[in-house]
Amino acid sequence: MQRIGVFICWCGSNIAATVDVKKVAETIKNEPGVVYSENYQYMCSENGQQLIKQAIKEHNLTGIVVGACSPRMHEATFRKAAEEAGLNPYMVEIANIREHCSWIHKDMDEATEKAVILVRTAIAKVKLNAPLQAGESPVIKRALVIGGGIAGIQAALDIADAGFEVDIVEKNATIGGRMAQLDKTFPTLDCSACILTPKMVDCAQHEKIDILSYSEVEEVKGFVGNFNVKIRRKARYVDETKCTGCKICMEKCPSKKGLNTFNMGLNPRPAIHIPFAQAIPNVAVIDPEQCIKLKTGKCGICQKFCGVGAIDYEQKDTFIDREYGAIVVATGFKPIALDNFNEYGYSDNKDVITSLELERLMNAAGPTDGVLLRPSDGKHPKVITFIQCVGSRDTSGCGKPYCSKICCMYTAKHAMLIREKYPDTEVHVFYIDVRTPGKNYDEFYRRAVEQYGVDYIKGMVGKVYNENGKLMVQGSNLIDNEQITIESDLVVLATAIEPEPSVRKVATLLTASIDTNNFLTESHAKLRPVESPTAGVYLAGVCQGPKDIPETVSQASACAAKVIGLLAKDKLKTNPCVAMADENMCNGCSQCANVCAYGAITYVEKEFRLGGGKTEVRRVASVNPAVCQGCGACTVTCPSGAMDLKGFSSKQIMSEVEAICKM
Amino acid sequence: MTKEERIDNIKRISGTDVRKCMKCGKCSGRCPAFKEMDIKPHQFVTMLAKGKIDELLESKAIWNCFSCMACVERCPRGVAPAAVIEAVRDTVVRMQGKNGLKAEEIPPIVDELIPQQLLVSAYRKYNK
Amino acid sequence: MQDVTTEKKEFTPNIVAFCCNWCSYAGADLAGSSRLSYPANVKIIRVPCSCRVNPTFVLKAFQQGADGVILCGCHPGDCHYVTGNYYTRRRMALLFNFLNYMGIEKERTRVEWVSAAEGQKFSAVMNDFVKTVTELGENKRLTDLRVKEGE
Repeated sequence: MQRIGVFICWCGSNIAATVDVKKVAETIKNEPGVVYSENYQYMCSENGQQLIKQAIKEHNLTGIVVGACSPRMHEATFRKAAEEAGLNPYMVEIANIREHCSWIHKDMDEATEKAVILVRTAIAKVKLNAPLQAGESPVIKRALVIGGGIAGIQAALDIADAGFEVDIVEKNATIGGRMAQLDKTFPTLDCSACILTPKMVDCAQHEKIDILSYSEVEEVKGFVGNFNVKIRRKARYVDETKCTGCKICMEKCPSKKGLNTFNMGLNPRPAIHIPFAQAIPNVAVIDPEQCIKLKTGKCGICQKFCGVGAIDYEQKDTFIDREYGAIVVATGFKPIALDNFNEYGYSDNKDVITSLELERLMNAAGPTDGVLLRPSDGKHPKVITFIQCVGSRDTSGCGKPYCSKICCMYTAKHAMLIREKYPDTEVHVFYIDVRTPGKNYDEFYRRAVEQYGVDYIKGMVGKVYNENGKLMVQGSNLIDNEQITIESDLVVLATAIEPEPSVRKVATLLTASIDTNNFLTESHAKLRPVESPTAGVYLAGVCQGPKDIPETVSQASACAAKVIGLLAKDKLKTNPCVAMADENMCNGCSQCANVCAYGAITYVEKEFRLGGGKTEVRRVASVNPAVCQGCGACTVTCPSGAMDLKGFSSKQIMSEVEAICKM
Repeated sequence: MTKEERIDNIKRISGTDVRKCMKCGKCSGRCPAFKEMDIKPHQFVTMLAKGKIDELLESKAIWNCFSCMACVERCPRGVAPAAVIEAVRDTVVRMQGKNGLKAEEIPPIVDELIPQQLLVSAYRKYNK
Repeated sequence: MQDVTTEKKEFTPNIVAFCCNWCSYAGADLAGSSRLSYPANVKIIRVPCSCRVNPTFVLKAFQQGADGVILCGCHPGDCHYVTGNYYTRRRMALLFNFLNYMGIEKERTRVEWVSAAEGQKFSAVMNDFVKTVTELGENKRLTDLRVKEGE
């Protein structure tokens, strides 16, 4: 039998001035189930709470209703008081008779009448409340960073510096990512390698950081604080522990005609190779598609010459299982393929290149040792035309609908560097808008124009074609209202960027949401920009949206702060007001999992007794209380009515509706 | 004088740095003579930057510009389109090899309704 | 209440409002603390998210004698649970069409987006909704006669 206690607060005169609190308390006394009803000036005060606690003990109350201010204000206070008196804190309901009643109504009769209804409604609900227990789950004090670019490196360093173990999983043979490929960085023109490689070395030397290069995440189980991750360590055919990075194998390898992917395929490389001079780990890797030994079984030259016996043609992919408390996704980006943009003649002309290729052509460690030579004939280009927004801001379906954000700045950088190094070069830039928000960014771009005399042309290019060995760039100059053709030696396309395609697999493994452009979705665009809606998963860098290096580093550090905040806890308290499936009613239809934004619902095969000694195995939904956020979307979707939300059960809400309607 | 020298000369006379222009069009947005200008104030700047002075020298706009300096006043980058227009005008006048109007010839032909600004402009245009 | 006179009073509709905990309930709190009045016949039920509102709750309300039902949630794109209000929007569009077909005028049902900062809007919405429903008069469809027996 329910024994409900009701406590009506005056809130000084805030409630009492328009609600006849004594009358409310008196009226409510006659409600079935109510055994105690009291009013007091300030329920939230020490004395008020004492009154509640005493009443709970003396009258053996099974549930209480407090008619007071908004539950957003003092629900926690009263729950704590109830708990101290030995009552389950979730057996407390608040009737909001201040914000929703006394403060908005002036007529005392009207307000009193409404207050009585609100309290009755709360009583109707509390009668159906069930004692709930906030769960606890332990936190594994180790973080996983997926992606070893600047975002992953920064996040890992920050987390490790706070004293937690971090693993970086990088799918390539070395960490460093896109930033390692860049020449100089805007707006300060620091050499990219000079500021990145020390951070890479820090990662390698940090006792708390473990770099798993040439590895990929294969499987993720578990939830915030308790992720179970299977990592595939791809066979590199070189023993990482033995290789000293002496590069003799690279010299001796007879198969030297592979495309140097680090240099955007602009020059060849041997089948066994170290991606670039400052690679971390500084260990060779064999490209199985190119290696003669692995393809035909005959060769083995590198093995013969390796002084430490590191080469192992028999190596196989291996798997390791590790546990993590938090996961940072930092999978980065790639430039889009230009197949849909024939007008720029990228595939037909060697001298039409992407900006990332130009980075390598300008880089001292690149295929031309930093001398700007055009790919077709190795000559110095005298007229260079840049085309911006190639594939960006394109809603036709050929490109990407978003602005890639970094192109305006790197194009200004390229134009400026070329004019600085080769003042006799003519540089033209076709643009739609020049977008340079950021500290010292617009000044940087204006310097390219005003100081270096780069010719910015407002308008887009309609076609690039080859005429007698010259690249003819035909476009519009909107300011002068004319069509112009520029005879160029080199054309550089500011190619749109897109998330690294492997992010789709990672997102699926993590049940992290992803948008139509394959960018990972943040929990709240403004207020939770580094958290994925999946608890315990954080986002850094371009995988979340286009951004430049300073922004990426800020986001990575923000991620690290969130991870550290999580790992610093020994246990996570979970919200007990979560969904729960009635296994007897569940048909295993998967509708609830489809609407769950958090991936909290999985399915399990369970054996049920049918009576008469018979059993059947059915597929039923199972909600992970540590992941469920308690929104209730699944409860409404469930066609069989198996899903319900604790604390806001269908029965509870129905009884509230009933109480309100029965006037 | 070669074309290049002429371009440099016009840049020098105007005393303004045309590279500073960021092509926002505020000058033309304010120009009170806009409808009468066959080449608009912002185009004077961009065309001079590109060295397209033949069109400028033949334009009617240099004679229709009020020289009100509104474009100079409005420019967010400190470029002076009116100064470019004037420099082109000067160049044309000099190429014609004559000084158009003398100061003392002006008063008899002045209409009382002509704004003061136009008079100033006329001196600038013809009294070289 | 007990002491209500038996004389026929002016019709005041009974309105059930479902408010999501994060935006609209807070918006209603703000309307209160800003002393922005709206009629007393609006009663609010707190739900974690507007997507927690099962169509059967709305049906139940009409069956039990409600004259109007309104759902308030976070603005599209601002849902605390990322996508909850989108479900609400779709579900309720469908439900309200059905109800309309059954003779419960579309004006008796409504979905509104009220953020935690929009006390003013909450009050304005409620005033407008009550006015609309009052003009429509008592809801007689769907009402369970057994509920009315006591009168």
